Amino acid sequence: MKFSVTVTLKENVLDPQGKVVQNTLQSLGMDNLKSIRQGKYFEIELNDSDPQKAEKKVDDMCKKLLANLIIEDYKVNKI
Amino acid sequence: MNSSVIVFPGSNCDRDIAVALEKMQFKNKMVWHKETKLPKSDLIVVPGGFSYGDYLRSGAIAGKSLIINEVIKSANDGCLVLGICNGFQILTETGLLKGVLLRNKKLKFINKDVNIKVINNDTKFSNKYKKNQVLKINIAHNEGNYFTNSDHLKELNNENLIAFKYCNENGDINESSNPNGSLENIAGIFNSKKNILGMMPHPERMVDNLISNTDGVNLFSSLLN
Repeated sequence: MKFSVTVTLKENVLDPQGKVVQNTLQSLGMDNLKSIRQGKYFEIELNDSDPQKAEKKVDDMCKKLLANLIIEDYKVNKI
Repeated sequence: MNSSVIVFPGSNCDRDIAVALEKMQFKNKMVWHKETKLPKSDLIVVPGGFSYGDYLRSGAIAGKSLIINEVIKSANDGCLVLGICNGFQILTETGLLKGVLLRNKKLKFINKDVNIKVINNDTKFSNKYKKNQVLKINIAHNEGNYFTNSDHLKELNNENLIAFKYCNENGDINESSNPNGSLENIAGIFNSKKNILGMMPHPERMVDNLISNTDGVNLFSSLLN
Protein backbone atom coordinates (compact mmCIF):
# COMPACT_ATOMS: atom_id res chain seq x y z
CA MET A 1 0.00 0.00 0.00
CA LYS A 2 1.41 3.33 -1.08
CA PHE A 3 0.86 6.80 0.24
CA SER A 4 2.10 10.22 -0.66
CA VAL A 5 2.84 12.83 1.96
CA THR A 6 3.20 16.52 1.20
CA VAL A 7 4.71 18.76 3.84
CA THR A 8 4.43 22.53 3.43
CA LEU A 9 5.08 25.51 5.64
CA LYS A 10 1.98 26.85 7.41
CA GLU A 11 0.37 29.88 5.82
CA ASN A 12 1.62 32.32 8.46
CA VAL A 13 5.23 31.12 8.19
CA LEU A 14 7.48 32.99 5.78
CA ASP A 15 8.65 30.80 2.89
CA PRO A 16 11.65 32.64 1.42
CA GLN A 17 12.50 29.81 -1.00
CA GLY A 18 8.96 29.77 -2.40
CA LYS A 19 9.13 33.53 -2.73
CA VAL A 20 12.39 33.39 -4.72
CA VAL A 21 10.96 30.70 -7.02
CA GLN A 22 7.87 32.86 -7.49
CA ASN A 23 9.91 35.96 -8.31
CA THR A 24 12.05 34.01 -10.78
CA LEU A 25 9.01 32.56 -12.55
CA GLN A 26 7.50 36.02 -12.73
CA SER A 27 10.71 37.32 -14.26
CA LEU A 28 10.35 34.58 -16.90
CA GLY A 29 7.06 36.15 -17.89
CA MET A 30 4.60 33.97 -15.92
CA ASP A 31 2.56 37.00 -15.05
CA ASN A 32 -0.66 35.42 -13.77
CA LEU A 33 1.19 33.74 -10.92
CA LYS A 34 -0.60 34.34 -7.62
CA SER A 35 1.65 32.60 -5.10
CA ILE A 36 4.08 29.71 -4.63
CA ARG A 37 4.74 27.73 -1.47
CA GLN A 38 7.62 25.28 -1.58
CA GLY A 39 7.35 21.98 0.27
CA LYS A 40 8.58 18.40 0.61
CA TYR A 41 7.13 15.28 -0.97
CA PHE A 42 7.45 11.69 0.30
CA GLU A 43 6.25 8.39 -1.17
CA ILE A 44 5.74 5.81 1.52
CA GLU A 45 5.09 2.13 0.93
CA LEU A 46 3.72 -0.08 3.71
CA ASN A 47 3.11 -3.81 4.01
CA ASP A 48 -0.23 -3.33 5.77
CA SER A 49 -3.37 -4.55 3.99
CA ASP A 50 -5.84 -2.57 6.11
CA PRO A 51 -5.99 0.89 4.51
CA GLN A 52 -7.28 2.59 7.65
CA LYS A 53 -4.54 1.15 9.82
CA ALA A 54 -1.92 2.00 7.22
CA GLU A 55 -3.12 5.56 6.89
CA LYS A 56 -3.02 5.96 10.65
CA LYS A 57 0.57 4.77 10.63
CA VAL A 58 1.54 7.28 7.96
CA ASP A 59 -0.22 9.98 9.96
CA ASP A 60 1.85 8.96 12.97
CA MET A 61 5.05 9.16 10.90
CA CYS A 62 4.16 12.70 9.88
CA LYS A 63 3.53 13.76 13.47
CA LYS A 64 6.64 12.08 14.86
CA LEU A 65 9.20 12.97 12.21
CA LEU A 66 8.24 14.08 8.73
CA ALA A 67 6.62 17.38 9.69
CA ASN A 68 7.45 19.89 12.40
CA LEU A 69 3.93 20.85 13.43
CA ILE A 70 5.01 24.22 14.81
CA ILE A 71 5.71 25.46 11.30
CA GLU A 72 4.49 22.81 8.87
CA ASP A 73 1.23 21.23 7.68
CA TYR A 74 1.02 17.86 5.97
CA LYS A 75 -1.35 16.07 3.64
CA VAL A 76 -1.58 12.29 3.26
CA ASN A 77 -2.99 10.70 0.09
CA LYS A 78 -3.35 7.07 -0.90
CA ILE A 79 -1.77 6.41 -4.29
CA MET B 1 32.51 19.51 36.93
CA ASN B 2 31.76 16.59 34.60
CA SER B 3 30.63 17.33 31.08
CA SER B 4 29.57 15.17 28.14
CA VAL B 5 29.61 16.23 24.50
CA ILE B 6 27.23 14.29 22.25
CA VAL B 7 28.71 13.45 18.85
CA PHE B 8 26.58 12.76 15.77
CA PRO B 9 27.70 11.94 12.26
CA GLY B 10 28.17 15.43 10.81
CA SER B 11 28.90 17.21 14.11
CA ASN B 12 31.85 19.51 13.46
CA CYS B 13 32.10 21.72 16.55
CA ASP B 14 32.43 18.81 18.96
CA ARG B 15 36.23 19.12 19.13
CA ASP B 16 36.05 22.90 19.60
CA ILE B 17 33.67 22.64 22.54
CA ALA B 18 35.74 19.83 24.07
CA VAL B 19 38.87 22.01 23.86
CA ALA B 20 37.00 24.94 25.42
CA LEU B 21 35.59 22.77 28.23
CA GLU B 22 38.96 21.23 29.02
CA LYS B 23 40.63 24.63 28.97
CA MET B 24 38.06 25.67 31.58
CA GLN B 25 38.90 22.58 33.69
CA PHE B 26 35.77 20.55 32.96
CA LYS B 27 36.28 16.79 33.03
CA ASN B 28 34.88 16.07 29.60
CA LYS B 29 33.80 12.90 27.81
CA MET B 30 32.73 12.52 24.20
CA VAL B 31 29.57 10.42 23.78
CA TRP B 32 28.71 8.79 20.43
CA HIS B 33 25.03 9.08 19.48
CA LYS B 34 24.52 5.30 19.45
CA GLU B 35 25.32 5.02 23.16
CA THR B 36 22.36 4.26 25.38
CA LYS B 37 23.90 5.53 28.61
CA LEU B 38 25.43 8.85 29.52
CA PRO B 39 28.49 9.10 31.74
CA LYS B 40 27.83 10.92 35.01
CA SER B 41 27.41 14.51 33.84
CA ASP B 42 26.69 17.88 35.39
CA LEU B 43 26.58 19.40 31.92
CA ILE B 44 25.56 17.89 28.59
CA VAL B 45 26.54 19.75 25.43
CA VAL B 46 24.86 19.17 22.10
CA PRO B 47 27.43 20.70 19.73
CA GLY B 48 27.23 22.53 16.44
CA GLY B 49 27.64 21.05 13.00
CA PHE B 50 25.47 19.44 10.38
CA SER B 51 24.20 16.29 12.07
CA TYR B 52 23.02 13.83 9.43
CA GLY B 53 23.76 16.39 6.75
CA ASP B 54 20.72 18.43 7.83
CA TYR B 55 18.54 15.80 6.10
CA LEU B 56 14.78 16.39 6.40
CA ARG B 57 15.19 19.44 8.69
CA SER B 58 18.23 20.65 10.66
CA GLY B 59 18.42 18.54 13.80
CA ALA B 60 15.38 16.38 12.98
CA ILE B 61 17.18 13.05 12.66
CA ALA B 62 19.61 13.66 15.53
CA GLY B 63 16.59 14.63 17.64
CA LYS B 64 15.36 11.02 17.37
CA SER B 65 18.71 9.30 18.03
CA LEU B 66 19.29 6.72 20.78
CA ILE B 67 21.31 8.90 23.12
CA ILE B 68 18.77 11.71 22.93
CA ASN B 69 16.35 9.72 25.11
CA GLU B 70 18.99 9.81 27.84
CA VAL B 71 19.61 13.52 27.29
CA ILE B 72 15.87 14.18 27.67
CA LYS B 73 15.74 12.09 30.87
CA SER B 74 18.75 13.88 32.38
CA ALA B 75 17.40 17.29 31.34
CA ASN B 76 14.08 16.52 33.01
CA ASP B 77 16.00 15.53 36.15
CA GLY B 78 17.61 18.97 36.19
CA CYS B 79 20.95 18.28 34.49
CA LEU B 80 22.35 21.35 32.71
CA VAL B 81 22.07 21.09 28.93
CA LEU B 82 23.70 23.45 26.44
CA GLY B 83 22.81 23.30 22.75
CA ILE B 84 24.93 25.39 20.41
CA CYS B 85 23.93 26.10 16.80
CA ASN B 86 22.94 22.69 15.38
CA GLY B 87 22.66 21.64 19.05
CA PHE B 88 20.01 24.33 19.56
CA GLN B 89 18.19 23.07 16.46
CA ILE B 90 18.34 19.51 17.84
CA LEU B 91 16.99 20.60 21.25
CA THR B 92 13.99 22.28 19.58
CA GLU B 93 13.35 19.12 17.56
CA THR B 94 13.30 17.04 20.77
CA GLY B 95 10.85 19.46 22.38
CA LEU B 96 13.25 20.26 25.25
CA LEU B 97 13.18 23.83 23.97
CA LYS B 98 10.10 25.32 22.35
CA GLY B 99 10.03 27.00 18.97
CA VAL B 100 11.96 26.30 15.81
CA LEU B 101 14.91 27.62 13.79
CA LEU B 102 13.85 28.54 10.29
CA ARG B 103 16.05 29.22 7.32
CA ASN B 104 17.78 32.60 7.52
CA LYS B 105 15.51 35.32 6.21
CA LYS B 106 17.84 36.22 3.36
CA LEU B 107 18.53 32.56 2.45
CA LYS B 108 22.27 32.91 2.90
CA PHE B 109 24.58 30.93 5.15
CA ILE B 110 26.02 33.52 7.54
CA ASN B 111 29.46 33.11 9.07
CA LYS B 112 30.59 36.23 10.92
CA ASP B 113 31.22 37.70 14.34
CA VAL B 114 28.10 39.46 15.61
CA ASN B 115 27.20 41.35 18.76
CA ILE B 116 24.78 39.85 21.22
CA LYS B 117 23.40 41.30 24.42
CA VAL B 118 23.09 39.39 27.68
CA ILE B 119 19.37 39.66 28.54
CA ASN B 120 19.18 37.40 31.59
CA ASN B 121 22.33 37.07 33.70
CA ASP B 122 20.60 35.39 36.63
CA THR B 123 21.07 31.80 35.47
CA LYS B 124 23.54 28.95 35.78
CA PHE B 125 24.80 29.77 32.27
CA SER B 126 25.17 33.54 32.48
CA ASN B 127 25.85 34.62 36.08
CA LYS B 128 29.39 35.79 35.30
CA TYR B 129 28.17 38.23 32.67
CA LYS B 130 26.72 41.64 33.44
CA LYS B 131 23.11 42.31 32.52
CA ASN B 132 22.95 44.00 29.09
CA GLN B 133 26.63 43.28 28.50
CA VAL B 134 27.43 43.29 24.78
CA LEU B 135 29.51 40.36 23.55
CA LYS B 136 31.10 39.65 20.20
CA ILE B 137 30.48 36.03 19.27
CA ASN B 138 30.75 34.15 15.99
CA ILE B 139 27.68 32.79 14.23
CA ALA B 140 27.83 30.26 11.41
CA HIS B 141 24.46 28.97 10.28
CA ASN B 142 21.89 28.68 7.54
CA GLU B 143 18.89 28.04 9.80
CA GLY B 144 19.11 30.42 12.74
CA ASN B 145 15.92 32.38 12.28
CA TYR B 146 14.17 31.72 15.59
CA PHE B 147 10.38 31.45 15.44
CA THR B 148 7.77 30.51 18.00
CA ASN B 149 4.06 31.00 18.63
CA SER B 150 2.75 34.14 20.30
CA ASP B 151 1.88 32.38 23.59
CA HIS B 152 5.42 31.07 23.95
CA LEU B 153 6.90 34.43 22.98
CA LYS B 154 4.88 36.00 25.81
CA GLU B 155 6.16 33.30 28.17
CA LEU B 156 9.75 33.96 27.06
CA ASN B 157 9.37 37.64 27.85
CA ASN B 158 7.31 37.34 31.04
CA GLU B 159 9.43 34.60 32.58
CA ASN B 160 12.74 36.17 31.51
CA LEU B 161 13.67 33.15 29.38
CA ILE B 162 15.52 35.03 26.65
CA ALA B 163 19.26 34.55 27.16
CA PHE B 164 20.76 36.64 24.36
CA LYS B 165 19.55 39.00 21.65
CA TYR B 166 21.38 40.15 18.53
CA CYS B 167 22.37 43.81 18.76
CA ASN B 168 24.87 46.25 17.31
CA GLU B 169 28.11 47.20 19.06
CA ASN B 170 26.28 49.89 21.06
CA GLY B 171 23.79 47.32 22.28
CA ASP B 172 20.88 48.55 20.14
CA ILE B 173 18.46 45.77 19.32
CA ASN B 174 16.78 46.51 16.01
CA GLU B 175 16.16 45.14 12.55
CA SER B 176 19.52 46.19 11.20
CA SER B 177 21.30 44.32 14.00
CA ASN B 178 19.29 41.17 13.30
CA PRO B 179 21.43 38.93 11.07
CA ASN B 180 18.93 36.17 10.31
CA GLY B 181 15.38 37.41 10.84
CA SER B 182 14.93 35.92 14.34
CA LEU B 183 11.80 36.92 16.20
CA GLU B 184 12.61 39.90 18.48
CA ASN B 185 16.33 39.40 17.61
CA ILE B 186 16.44 36.27 19.79
CA ALA B 187 19.85 34.54 19.71
CA GLY B 188 19.40 32.16 22.65
CA ILE B 189 16.66 30.95 25.01
CA PHE B 190 16.21 28.99 28.23
CA ASN B 191 13.56 26.41 29.07
CA SER B 192 11.15 27.30 31.87
CA LYS B 193 13.38 25.71 34.55
CA LYS B 194 16.44 27.51 33.10
CA ASN B 195 18.54 24.35 33.14
CA ILE B 196 18.62 24.20 29.34
CA LEU B 197 20.15 26.87 27.10
CA GLY B 198 19.95 26.84 23.32
CA MET B 199 21.89 29.46 21.38
CA MET B 200 22.94 30.00 17.76
CA PRO B 201 26.19 31.91 18.47
CA HIS B 202 29.31 29.85 19.24
CA PRO B 203 30.79 30.72 22.68
CA GLU B 204 33.29 27.85 22.32
CA ARG B 205 34.95 29.76 19.48
CA MET B 206 35.58 32.75 21.76
CA VAL B 207 37.82 31.39 24.52
CA ASP B 208 41.26 32.38 23.28
CA ASN B 209 42.64 35.77 22.25
CA LEU B 210 45.03 34.03 19.91
CA ILE B 211 42.25 33.07 17.49
CA SER B 212 39.37 35.40 18.38
CA ASN B 213 38.46 36.93 21.73
CA THR B 214 37.46 35.69 25.17
CA ASP B 215 33.81 36.78 25.25
CA GLY B 216 32.69 33.16 25.52
CA VAL B 217 34.76 32.35 28.59
CA ASN B 218 32.27 33.65 31.12
CA LEU B 219 29.59 31.28 29.90
CA PHE B 220 31.78 28.39 30.99
CA SER B 221 32.97 30.06 34.19
CA SER B 222 29.30 30.79 35.04
CA LEU B 223 28.66 27.05 34.85
CA LEU B 224 31.56 26.39 37.19
CA ASN B 225 30.43 29.07 39.60
